[in-house]
Amino acid sequence: MLYLTRKAEFAASHYYHNPELSPEENRRLFGKCNNPNGHGHNYVLEVTVKGEVDPRSGFVVDLKRLKEIMNREVLDAMDHRFLNKEVPEFATRIPTTENLAIAIWQRLAPTLTNAKLHRVRVYENHDLFADFYGEE
Amino acid sequence: MNSNDPMIIDFKLGKVSSNMKAYLNRRYRFSASHRLHSEQMSDDENRATYGKCNNPHGHGHNYVLEVTVSGQVDQNGMVCNLVDLDDCVQQNVVTRFDLENLNYRQEFASAVPTTENLCTVIYDILKREFRQAHLERVRLEETLFNSFEYAGTEGLNH
Repeated sequence: MLYLTRKAEFAASHYYHNPELSPEENRRLFGKCNNPNGHGHNYVLEVTVKGEVDPRSGFVVDLKRLKEIMNREVLDAMDHRFLNKEVPEFATRIPTTENLAIAIWQRLAPTLTNAKLHRVRVYENHDLFADFYGEE
Repeated sequence: MNSNDPMIIDFKLGKVSSNMKAYLNRRYRFSASHRLHSEQMSDDENRATYGKCNNPHGHGHNYVLEVTVSGQVDQNGMVCNLVDLDDCVQQNVVTRFDLENLNYRQEFASAVPTTENLCTVIYDILKREFRQAHLERVRLEETLFNSFEYAGTEGLNH
């Protein structure tokens, strides 16, 4: 079993707000991240797929296709966007780093037919990142 | 506990434990060239499969190799002596591949030198040569954006 990780970067803005909580509770829970005008990050996405190496080509996956799928499913939808307002998943979910990793997994898993998705890792910054391995 | 047992203070539990596995990661660098071309494919199929990497003149990368070993922490506080690991990786991997054309190496006489294959070749070499700790994983960065990991046929533990 061989694992291949492809990295990509995107920039997006977001804010944290749970409509089921009072404004005070939101402010207490999310602090500065609750500012409704939003704030931004340079996100780094790492997508890891796994499979056996094809003895003929020496590849575990067609990297070009993986890159295209990541561009189409993730970067085109999220790069230079306000996640809360422009990415449908976050109309009903708070765009935390955890939820981003889950949403990206859900976008990629059904379209990746040539390799098995192993892990989605999203860095919000150098010091904070979330991993999702699918529903266990 | 006899005097040869590793003694580690487990701060969390506040007691001495002789069963503490740790993972040590070390990074190395080498540069090499390659051309992706399979003798089993036609020229058209090679171009379609490998794209720019099929350029007959080859191209190069600055590879970053990350080696992970694991084991019990000994009485010196080590999984293994880093000098032993460095010597082993330098002699058996870095010296072997640094500033070489991978296509001309005997390891790739019958396999395309993709980074997938290079990753498994390096894992097999280190599995054979490094005895001072358990080889957990080999991770190879081809570019800032692509990396490959191999941990044997069983796959990664996590």
